[in-house]
Amino acid sequence: MGSALLGAVRSLGATLRIMSYNKVGFAGFIAVMLILFMAFVGPFFVPLDTVTKVDQIYQPPNAEHWLGTDHQGRDIFSQIVNGGKDVIIVAVVAGALSTLIAVTFGTLAGFAGGRTDSVIVSITDIVLTIPQLPLLLVLAALIKLNNIFFLGIILGALGWPSLLRAVRSQALSLKQRDFVEAARALDLGTMHIIFREIVPNMMTYIIISFALAMTGAIYAQVALVLFGLVPFSGSNWGVMLSLAWVRGAIYFKDSIWYIMMPVAAIVILQLSIVTMTRSLELVFNPRLRSGE
Amino acid sequence: MTTVTTPLPDLHEKPVESSAHRFFHSYLFQKTLKALFTAWVVITLTFFLIRLLPSNPVELFIQDLMVQYGMPYHEARDQAAALFAIDLSRPLPLQYLDYMDGLLHGDLGTSILSPGTSVSSIILRFLPWTIFSVGIALMLSFTFGIMLGLFMAYHREGVMDHILTVLASILSSIPNYILGILLIIFLGVRWGIISVAATRGTLSPGVEPSLSIEFFKDALFHAALPITTYVLTTIGSWMLTMKSSTISVLEEDYVTVAKAKGLKEGRITSTYVGRNAALPMFTLLTIAIGFVVGGSVLIETIFQYQGIGYILLQSVNKRDYTVMQGVFLVITMSVIVANFFADILYSWLDPRIKLGRQE
Repeated sequence: MGSALLGAVRSLGATLRIMSYNKVGFAGFIAVMLILFMAFVGPFFVPLDTVTKVDQIYQPPNAEHWLGTDHQGRDIFSQIVNGGKDVIIVAVVAGALSTLIAVTFGTLAGFAGGRTDSVIVSITDIVLTIPQLPLLLVLAALIKLNNIFFLGIILGALGWPSLLRAVRSQALSLKQRDFVEAARALDLGTMHIIFREIVPNMMTYIIISFALAMTGAIYAQVALVLFGLVPFSGSNWGVMLSLAWVRGAIYFKDSIWYIMMPVAAIVILQLSIVTMTRSLELVFNPRLRSGE
Repeated sequence: MTTVTTPLPDLHEKPVESSAHRFFHSYLFQKTLKALFTAWVVITLTFFLIRLLPSNPVELFIQDLMVQYGMPYHEARDQAAALFAIDLSRPLPLQYLDYMDGLLHGDLGTSILSPGTSVSSIILRFLPWTIFSVGIALMLSFTFGIMLGLFMAYHREGVMDHILTVLASILSSIPNYILGILLIIFLGVRWGIISVAATRGTLSPGVEPSLSIEFFKDALFHAALPITTYVLTTIGSWMLTMKSSTISVLEEDYVTVAKAKGLKEGRITSTYVGRNAALPMFTLLTIAIGFVVGGSVLIETIFQYQGIGYILLQSVNKRDYTVMQGVFLVITMSVIVANFFADILYSWLDPRIKLGRQE
């Protein structure tokens, strides 16, 4: 038991060391971890400030309010800490769903070939053609998207096509490799070949695409909230941005903190996820490490 | 990336192909078929979205008329049918055929909120502005992106390359609507360089579309902020794609041969490297045209620029279902048409594609 734990810690250490070979990527990784910590652990220490204080509207950062106050005199820092959770949950649900669809059907298409392949490819082409955001807007008018899991599932159900194409072409090229041929010659079965031989060799693609699918979902959900199409209750970076925008906060001289904070939170999250993929690439693709 | 899934041409096939056979198997025909099929799927999807969802807009609208104006059911139903260009008394499959027939004649129904205004006339009024602003922006961002990408590939691992790469990745990870908000805050409010209120809309009051310089100046003045946003948020990916495309071309044999022949560096860069590296970019450009029309929704709303995207969001917010549906169809069709031309362009640039060996 103890040695297993030690082994786990050691392999975690080794992974972290590999990730740190790429400095920019490692910085992104650290930033993502900090944001996750802030969004999921932070709310226990910094409760959401919901009390309207008319005498403290639009204060610049000070000792009491680290990031200033909003149009009702509420603390911005507490809103930033509490507002990340929903955004991240939607992004993870959407990213996981679209990665799952893309990997399952992409490998199937590449591996099975023939009619299965052409059916999957045609469906992918059609879904890829429908512009996502306009479709989301239309859907938002027809159905209520105010449940965060439901929103994540809708975003995930629309976001898989480009990843599926990448996975399929990877599967096509892996199919020709010697180790897959060998597995086939040994008659190890399709399931074994797909999940033991092909998918592990696509981990780099899968992880990176998962990260990129998350950024796509963040973009789309904040847009939906900003334009008032998803009536989210409570606090969320998108809601903050939307409120700051609708209340005309940009025209007040001292309101810059209120609108810039959610902007900064969203941009930093996006940027950290994108740069983090550089380090993840090193972990899942050992061939890249030798050069570093 | 080679594959054996595409069968090699079978030499034992019929030795002489009829011209009709060749036509039906031609690349152009296949792609046209694909585009038409996609269009049909989207149109069908839209039809059933508005008819079959639990809260379908037609029923909602009928309820609304009955509650608000005290109309009897059949009267409200007739009005809804007229607005949606669907004859509701007919069985569903026939309604669907009517709807398709109407679409083929350009009949997208009438606006719910401004009765009497046809959806096609609304689209015709606002679409040109989107094409104008998005078109200029795409050209600018494509041209400069290609040039910077070429420059970065030639000076790779240099200081400028690193700076530009970081800049490109930052720019492409900022959501475009957030960049729009930042432009308004800083250019418009903080530094007071541009009066945001004056740039709203597509033209200043009193200016009529004509072939005069004033008209173009005014149109550009109003489109300047949207164009800047499009350019800044899309240029990063052009730069990075062109850079990697150039690097792979630089390793080609014909570039080495050109150098060995002692050709001038400038000529190699423009004729041998630049042209070949840019070829695949044109296909991406065609695809981008389709998507930017869809992406214009957020930018046009931020800057109150009355193009097709602005109208889409307006109609969604006001639940003007017929306009919403028409604009959505137009946006999707533009993507389909753009993709179709991308395929054709690509096969023309790279004849190997036509033979079905693209994998």
